Amino acid sequence: MLNVFRLAVKNLLRYKRRTLLTGMLITVGVVAVIVFVGLSGSFKRAIVGQITDSVLSHLQVHRKGYLASIDNLPLDRMLPAKAFQKLSAILARDDGLAAFSPRIKFGAMLSNYAQTTNVRLNGVDPAKEQAVVPLLPARIKNAAHEGETLKKGEVLLPEVLARGLAIKTGDTIVLVANNKDGSVNGMTFKVAGVVEGLMGPGGRDGYLHIEDAAALLRMETPEISEVAVRTKNFDQLAAVAERLRSSLEPIVNKQGKPMFELHTWDQLTPFYNVVRMIDVMTLGIKVILIAVVLISVLNVMMMSVYERVREVGTLAAMGTQPSRIMALFVAEGFCLGLVSALTGAAVGLGTLWLLNLTGVEVAFGRGNQVFALSPTVEPIEVVSACLIVLGVSILASLQPAAKAARLEPVEALRHV
Amino acid sequence: MGTATDIVTFEDVSKAYRMGEVDVKALSHVSLRIPRGAFTALVGPSGSGKTTALNLIGCLDRPSEGEVFVAGRAIGPMGRRESAIFRGEHLGFVFQDFNLLPVLTVYENVEYPLLMIRNMPKTQRQPAVQRVLAAVGMEDQAGKYPGQLSGGQKQRVAIARALVGNPALVLADEPTANLDGATAQKVVELMKRMRDEFGTTFVFSTHDPRIMDQAEVTVHLEDGRLSDGSAAGKEAGHA
Repeated sequence: MLNVFRLAVKNLLRYKRRTLLTGMLITVGVVAVIVFVGLSGSFKRAIVGQITDSVLSHLQVHRKGYLASIDNLPLDRMLPAKAFQKLSAILARDDGLAAFSPRIKFGAMLSNYAQTTNVRLNGVDPAKEQAVVPLLPARIKNAAHEGETLKKGEVLLPEVLARGLAIKTGDTIVLVANNKDGSVNGMTFKVAGVVEGLMGPGGRDGYLHIEDAAALLRMETPEISEVAVRTKNFDQLAAVAERLRSSLEPIVNKQGKPMFELHTWDQLTPFYNVVRMIDVMTLGIKVILIAVVLISVLNVMMMSVYERVREVGTLAAMGTQPSRIMALFVAEGFCLGLVSALTGAAVGLGTLWLLNLTGVEVAFGRGNQVFALSPTVEPIEVVSACLIVLGVSILASLQPAAKAARLEPVEALRHV
Repeated sequence: MGTATDIVTFEDVSKAYRMGEVDVKALSHVSLRIPRGAFTALVGPSGSGKTTALNLIGCLDRPSEGEVFVAGRAIGPMGRRESAIFRGEHLGFVFQDFNLLPVLTVYENVEYPLLMIRNMPKTQRQPAVQRVLAAVGMEDQAGKYPGQLSGGQKQRVAIARALVGNPALVLADEPTANLDGATAQKVVELMKRMRDEFGTTFVFSTHDPRIMDQAEVTVHLEDGRLSDGSAAGKEAGHA
């Protein structure tokens, strides 16, 4: 078999320019796939990381029916204290979870004594919240405290809103909110910083301490809007979510219906469509690679057979089996694909290395948020790109090779 | 059917081709025998059926009627794979245009039938190749490629390639047609010497009178039939 490959390589080198051009075309295709997968994967990771580590966390648990009305921040669909206790017990037992943080989400009126506006707020336990969204501290500008997001009696305001009302860290503001019974309450808070706005749900919310939120809403027993949950291993998210769903399913309300609903991050943000679009584009570029390889190798092999009809006749006349003649041509396609794929993989990985050295930044979203990308590619992606090239190269060689093997020696020897 | 003393036997062989709308009868009721070890020439003008007869002997084609026996085997019933195996084991070919593989060196061209057809191990292959290269006087050119050789040298390599597997029969289609007179003479002398050295039967087609005079057995073909001019003493035995 080694001799078949040796002869195949010699035959490929016979038409150096043609082999080089075709090989380069395939190489460019492989490089394009690797660089695109590297860049898009990095961009995807940056978006997902930004969304999950800044606002949503990996998954969230709500009272059944809450998510359908989440835009209204309904106070009548909160988790009662008892249900939250049950939920906490289940979450605490699960080894796959790193942390969870209860939130009270509500809308309020904010006044700086001169102007009034609406604001969406999250009542959180600062330490627990930081454990589920570790990028939260990084979003706080002009923070009042070092290493601590906020204390009781303080509020973190959304950046856009604070800028619009000319509110600075240290200023005092008033928050006025209706509780679920419709009664109104107001409290003064000190601004502990402004929170950088982000794309997606919750990206323009303010924060206050969960106990302050309960007090403002006059909750006798604290009720919870949502519980943000962070897993230990993001790659295991689907399995963890499935396990938690099974644990939560048996817990029912007075009507005998499930008490909880659980959603993973991708079910909570429209930006998941961007991620899916990236996946579709990756698939698209792989299809283009397949087409490039198929057309290139098919063309080269057809030319090769056409130009060597007499030679095939000579080999057949000498007693070379048709199967071996076929193997000779398939080996040529394989070798062309192999060398091109390996070269493409090397150049592609080299390009990613260079991009990492120089740095790549992409502005995205309404706020033109800049993502610093560190493009890397999983070994499986490199291997799959190479396997695609090899598979398609063999496939493209089969027809011309079969044609060569089927040639009648007497006809082939007469060929001019 | 063929006898032990005959390497080739034609029994009332006819071969017809269809060329477009026309049927062409290349051979018509030919019966002949070629003895083992004979230096045999198929002679006749263009279109007389020489190449068709060589193709039949070489198991590259099948008769339309009658039967051809080569080394005791009837070629008609052979399948494609079987005839390829038979050619690889029993026959050697020398072509008018040499048909050497341009990407292989002289050594590799001669080695090809042993390596790619017979899968012979290197320990057996190497002495066999060196022996035939020495026999045709090309051992010092072993590392050269066909493009670096003269026509006569190429044909010597082609003869070495045909002989390396120690076949019973070597078929040569107009082996001197692309060579000058002196070189053609040397190639014929070489083939004769190889016949003496290796005991191989040579059957070659030619219409070069200088070459056909060298043959020990001459088969005259004309319009697909054995011609009346097949002279005694230098004839193939008519079956």
